[in-house]
Amino acid sequence: MSKFRKDGGKELPAISTASLPDIVFMLLFFFMVATVLRKNDVKVAQILPSADQTEKLKKDRTVYIYAGKPGEGYKQFGTEGKIQIGDKFVNVNEVQTAILEEREKLRDELKDYVMVAFKVDKETNSGLVYDVKQELRQANLLKVIYITTQTDDVVK
Amino acid sequence: MARRSAPEINAGSMADIAFLLLIFFLVTTTIEKDRGLVRALPPDQPLDDVKPPVIKEKNLFVIIVNNNGELLVEDKPMEMKDLQPAAIEFLDNGGFPNGQEGYCNYCQGKRDPKSSDNPDKAIITVKSLRESSYESFVTVQNELVGAYNFLRDRESMRLYGWKFTEVSAKIEEGTFKGNEEDTKEKIKVIKSMYPQKLSEIDPKQ
Repeated sequence: MSKFRKDGGKELPAISTASLPDIVFMLLFFFMVATVLRKNDVKVAQILPSADQTEKLKKDRTVYIYAGKPGEGYKQFGTEGKIQIGDKFVNVNEVQTAILEEREKLRDELKDYVMVAFKVDKETNSGLVYDVKQELRQANLLKVIYITTQTDDVVK
Repeated sequence: MARRSAPEINAGSMADIAFLLLIFFLVTTTIEKDRGLVRALPPDQPLDDVKPPVIKEKNLFVIIVNNNGELLVEDKPMEMKDLQPAAIEFLDNGGFPNGQEGYCNYCQGKRDPKSSDNPDKAIITVKSLRESSYESFVTVQNELVGAYNFLRDRESMRLYGWKFTEVSAKIEEGTFKGNEEDTKEKIKVIKSMYPQKLSEIDPKQ
């Protein structure tokens, strides 16, 4: 009837996917930049407590102490809180030697400014953390930082 | 010879390759936490040859955390949300009367003679029982650091017009613009006005 209608009706043109790789690459670069490859495998549970009065950590002069219940795959070590330095479990009386060993891995000029970072699961007993701190005092490593999750308001 | 244009390379599978890489990085990424509460431990001292300094009871603010994470502050139970205001009130009390040495002329507290003499003498001490959770310990530390930061911010706003916490964070990160030496001096002044005197008691005692 209408003279304007063309016969056969045109098909919808396919949506161009030419820019899809660009989008994916953009995401890829984001994750590549944000990724930190872990140095040691953390063998304990790691749900950190939250805090709002935090300061930034200086990674180049930090040694880490992990503590918490043994995580997935390490259940044979029991359910009591454990201390991990480097990539092995240590007892409280071995903390000093283990932490000084870890300190040797830092750059020479930063060894005197070393800071000990506690990455401790929030369910851990604070008595265990207290014992570790006593050991650190004896080793004369007095700067500590408790790594936390950043939140705006801790106490509701 | 007939000129042939170079055939175009099919880029259709580019997206697949990129997706593969993307998924690899998605799975391996853990965005590391790099913020926390900075504290200094007291140096280790042999117990026998040092006499502990005499501290007046009123200059001590004792916080005990029990195994359920409940607080006992100055022998009264307290909610976690009331801890920071209570600590601020204690630190900012300035109990010494006007004219006496050690009078705190910048304190805005109640000047209750039964509470702390001045911020330099005021000591907060925390005792966490062994079975109490690390989370409650960190929360208490956080609230106390918050109390100090509040007072330091207030004084730096009054004296210099900037916030202590913001400026000291900028200096730490190296993004501070302006006279750094001068500002560091000012930060020292603020720190000495409200020195952080936090101690911990052995939970076995």
